[in-house]
Amino acid sequence: MTTAISVSGLVKTFGRTRALDGLDLTVRTGEVHGFLGPNGSGKSTTIRVLLGLLRSDSGRATLLGGDPWKDATELHRRLAYVPGDVSLWPNLSGGEVIDLLGRLRGGLDQRRRADLLERFDLDPRKKGRAYSKGNRQKVALVAALSSDVELLVLDEPTSGLDPLMEAVFQECVEEERDRGRTVLLSSHILAEVETLCDRVSIIRAGRTVETGTLSELRHLTRTTITAELATPPNGIAALAGVHDVKVNGNHVSFDVDTKELDAALKALTQSGVRSLTSQPPTLEELFLRHYQEEVA
Amino acid sequence: MTGTWQLVRLALRRDRIILPIWIVLLGLTPASTVAAYEQLYPDAASRMALSVGAGANPSIAVIYGPAYDLTTAGGFTAWRYGLFLALFAALMSIFTVTRHTRAEEDSGRLELIGSAVVGRYAALTAAVSVASAANIVIGVAAAAGLAAAGLPVAGSFLLGLGVAGAGLVFTAISAVTAQLTEYARSANGIACAVLGGAFLIRAVGDSTASLSWVSWLSPLAWPQRAKPFVDNNWLPLGLAVLAAGLVLTVAYQLVPRRDLGAGLFPARLGPAIAGKSLSSPLGLAWRLQRGALIGWTIGAVIVAAVFGSIANGISDLVGSSEQVRQIMERMGGAQSIVDSFIAAIAQMFGIVTAMYAVQAALRARSEETAVRAEPLLATSTSRAAWVGSHLAFAVLGSAVVLGFAGLAMGLAHGLRIGDLSQVGGIFAGSVAQLPAVWVAGGVAALLFGLLPQLTTIAWGAVSVFALITLFGPAVQLSQPVLDISPFTHVPKVPGSEFTATPLLWLAGIAIVLFGAGVTAFRRRDVG
Repeated sequence: MTTAISVSGLVKTFGRTRALDGLDLTVRTGEVHGFLGPNGSGKSTTIRVLLGLLRSDSGRATLLGGDPWKDATELHRRLAYVPGDVSLWPNLSGGEVIDLLGRLRGGLDQRRRADLLERFDLDPRKKGRAYSKGNRQKVALVAALSSDVELLVLDEPTSGLDPLMEAVFQECVEEERDRGRTVLLSSHILAEVETLCDRVSIIRAGRTVETGTLSELRHLTRTTITAELATPPNGIAALAGVHDVKVNGNHVSFDVDTKELDAALKALTQSGVRSLTSQPPTLEELFLRHYQEEVA
Repeated sequence: MTGTWQLVRLALRRDRIILPIWIVLLGLTPASTVAAYEQLYPDAASRMALSVGAGANPSIAVIYGPAYDLTTAGGFTAWRYGLFLALFAALMSIFTVTRHTRAEEDSGRLELIGSAVVGRYAALTAAVSVASAANIVIGVAAAAGLAAAGLPVAGSFLLGLGVAGAGLVFTAISAVTAQLTEYARSANGIACAVLGGAFLIRAVGDSTASLSWVSWLSPLAWPQRAKPFVDNNWLPLGLAVLAAGLVLTVAYQLVPRRDLGAGLFPARLGPAIAGKSLSSPLGLAWRLQRGALIGWTIGAVIVAAVFGSIANGISDLVGSSEQVRQIMERMGGAQSIVDSFIAAIAQMFGIVTAMYAVQAALRARSEETAVRAEPLLATSTSRAAWVGSHLAFAVLGSAVVLGFAGLAMGLAHGLRIGDLSQVGGIFAGSVAQLPAVWVAGGVAALLFGLLPQLTTIAWGAVSVFALITLFGPAVQLSQPVLDISPFTHVPKVPGSEFTATPLLWLAGIAIVLFGAGVTAFRRRDVG
């Protein structure tokens, strides 16, 4: 499998702040890659280095087989970018911006453009200053999604969209994946990442702290078990990897490290399981745990 | 009307610096003329010469308005300042009213206030009250100043209040324009267009004896038509108050006919599909910069035509004062006064066009800070192509502005004297400023590439060039200091001999500056 984006040991400083501190990122061709991290962790800086807008201080970055700084204009024909905060020209209509960006990338698919305008329910005749934040994002999304490119770089593209439009966006990204396009999706909306992304990288303070498929990452976290037993639980709390045990008569609830799940369930069955619910770990928990650890 | 008083206090608080500046400038300027008049024209003979030379000159009336009596300090002050004070009071009124009405709605702040206990008319009433009060304070201050300087009290008040009356009319006019469109810029623009129209109407009436009545159609002419210190006719003041009241009634009628934030004219929709021209960075730059370029060109043509048409009359005005003659000669050269006047105006065009060039070049910076450059630079647009598309306007746009200005001044002067043979020379004198203008634009381009956070220094550079060029010779600065300004090196045409060498040097420096700016931009971070 080829890689669309390969970054290792990337460093970028602004004055005294070290925005990127040895960041690694690998995005495989044809995958939707989730790029997660709290505000100010360096997501947008990474993307802007990849777009050749910023020059890294050290480290190596390869984008579609080229150098993002030196080969910028050539590489940009093959990608489309949606910024997190879309700023439009006040006196240009949305349709004009879509066409302009498409033409500057080397052409756009008119059928797809019309289809996307309808699905996103966007009036292309309004002037830039008349659009709300969500509608400005739709303009940039339509421009990017109707371009004929290999790679989509989306920097928090849905932060202003309503749930209905969020659903449309997810459909569109699925379609892009089905066409074999690569997507780098930076996002705060974890449900969106869980639905869309094949693999995820989590960054913190300019470094990558976790990377892998969602199921790989789930192994790193805990499952919440709630059970009603025939007899009061016996010895559960003593098991390795079991946390936060709460017992109320025959009812028990606890968190268990995913790799110790088997042992915990065996212990439960000895007390006779009458009902059992298990909550798989959510990305949100994983995400929060990383940052809580940071605080702690 | 609930809440009006709170909004008045808010407006006064926000304007606590700008309004006092307007009041001091407009209120105290006229009184200073009285002493200057006594000095410049000490005796009856010099006053008669002024009356004959300037007072009877229709080309001077285009700018200053009619002169009814230049043999008294009062009559002179009314002629010299009546129109200009009215013009600036009108500008002050327009900006003040728009700032507290449409600008607040445009930005969404009024919605916040409107959700509190505030009546529908409160914002308009507050803005009109503040602007009216400022006008009256200016009028009374000007009147008191003139009276204190020894002029007759009645005339002083008629002139001061006449100026305030013109301000009140434009307060009312901008109260209407604030209702029309959704954007503060359009509201100011429409009101200023009305003001410009009023200025031109009275320019026709004041300079053409057979059409003198036309000036009565322009509120700007009323302060002078009251003939303060001469006939003391109070009728025009009443006319101003009446007109302001009527127009204001219209504004209040419009308020309930629209929603908060909306205008009476609906926002226009644009095309759903981009035209062919919008396919390149240059096409986009043209869309973004054409409004400014057209506006600058039209403004330059109008001003140039006015100066061209008065150029021939200037020798009459200057002939009456040895001091002015010396100043003119210092500004231009030792040639005939008309030639040096035209060359001096061409130099002014150069300095003003340098501001256009800096503004056009720095458009790249404002696009960058508004995060509108990044999406473009993330396409296959190269950095050089993108920044070059904006710098092209600094280079070619300033050529358009100067070319049209030179042509308009040449034609206006030629038509006035019935001899078009000088058009070419006057055009050349204006276009000769281009290399110096490019140096100013190049400074802006270099700053954009090297020190993007400090691009405002480019304005400082233009100001320094302007100060050195305009006042340097008069205060006898040394030649090395004068040489700092690129405009010092431009041959003063018509009049002096045309030499290409300094222009080639300036053009070479400009090319280096632009080239270094683009190269530096290609190497730096964007954003």
